[in-house]
Amino acid sequence: MQTLKMVVTGPFNAGKTEFIQSVSEIDVVSTERKISSEIERIKETTTVAMDFGRISIDNEMVLYLFGTPGQKRFDFMWEILSEGMLGFVVIVDSTRPETFREARKILETFRAYAPTPYVVAANKQDCEDAWEIDDMRIALRLNPEIKLLECVATRKDSVKTVLLELLYSILAELETIDLQLTY
Amino acid sequence: MAIKGNLSEFTLTQLLNLINLAQKSGTLVVEGSNEAVEVFFTNGKLAYAQNEQEDSSLVGILHKSKLLSSSQYQGIKANGNGMSDKELGLLLINANYFSQQDILSSLQSHFVDVVNRLFTWMEGMFQFKTDISPPEDKITVRVNLENIILEGSRQIQELEHLEEEIPSLEIGVKFVDRPGANVSNLRLSSEEWQVIPYVDPKNTIRQIAQVTNLSDLEIRQVVYSLVQAGIVEMVRTVSSEGTPPPSRLPDPIAKGTKEEGKSLIFRIIDRIRSL
Repeated sequence: MQTLKMVVTGPFNAGKTEFIQSVSEIDVVSTERKISSEIERIKETTTVAMDFGRISIDNEMVLYLFGTPGQKRFDFMWEILSEGMLGFVVIVDSTRPETFREARKILETFRAYAPTPYVVAANKQDCEDAWEIDDMRIALRLNPEIKLLECVATRKDSVKTVLLELLYSILAELETIDLQLTY
Repeated sequence: MAIKGNLSEFTLTQLLNLINLAQKSGTLVVEGSNEAVEVFFTNGKLAYAQNEQEDSSLVGILHKSKLLSSSQYQGIKANGNGMSDKELGLLLINANYFSQQDILSSLQSHFVDVVNRLFTWMEGMFQFKTDISPPEDKITVRVNLENIILEGSRQIQELEHLEEEIPSLEIGVKFVDRPGANVSNLRLSSEEWQVIPYVDPKNTIRQIAQVTNLSDLEIRQVVYSLVQAGIVEMVRTVSSEGTPPPSRLPDPIAKGTKEEGKSLIFRIIDRIRSL
């Protein structure tokens, strides 16, 4: 059985667990615990280690989706998780601009660990106070070639679109390598 | 005359009992297959302990105890200018970073931990040399050995139980095809999460222990709890001694040709579309 891995990362409470849950064929394995920090008291529980979900590709291959811990104090787990990944998704809460800077930092950190393809998913686009995609691109300082996708992590179709866009980016990168080799 | 032997013939429990009852002072050096531990005793009490593989400096122990952040740890290491543990301890106390009790508790906990892990060694050459004191520049404690011996005995019993459940560390683990219904309610420890990325039938449990720095007892505890939770199951593995260290979930694109990589991505795309 071949095992593959994608990483779902992003700031605290961005919607990583919901994202994985929407497409995983098993209940997402996650650790949740009560939070004491004032800043992080936005929701009752938070992911303290990581989540993982699974999608069986066929009889020989399984894709695991690993969600990273949302809080800075667990960033030691990020490097462990990033090794060997096909690519990664950075989830950003479109309604909380105060987390954009953190999202940018996380993105840069993961890029430093592994220069694999990635996409940015602007989550909670169904909320009234969600930022427009174009405004988010500016705030997140994303170059035009980086995919910034509208997303609602609780909807399977939306999550599928994000994952497919990531896979298309991986394919495109493979094509680039071909071109470089044949140049 | 020095007391010498092998832990397989004279156990650590027996040794500590001897040191405790005879109120001995001296140093116990135990050499395992790839690490060595030094434990100092004063009048039958634990005074100091260090594992050669670990940073046993005060700053290292405070960092491990999470009393110092990584940046503080690196800063002190870089700017300490060869300051001894005693000097550093005084400096930290006088600057009101920590109380004397904070420092002594961290040291005591670390030393006891070093000795506790020794209980899981089933063999190793040991030598007890009397009247050798801990290094002058180190901060020492005084811990009664009775509780350490009791805890060690409990650990040995647990290890024996786990050895029955997991008789060999040369087997692998894999994720179960159908995890139990309650996996979403699981509470996994940080050690358990450390092991998860290495769950792959190609990796033996021993290899996972080595790469995650877990002792035989700790890796058995983790694997046993993951098996009990219904997340993983034990499988025979093709790995054997002498094979390279274990890999985390591999990057198949990096290993195969470009065409194989593309074919693999197309298979995933087809599957995601069909979800």
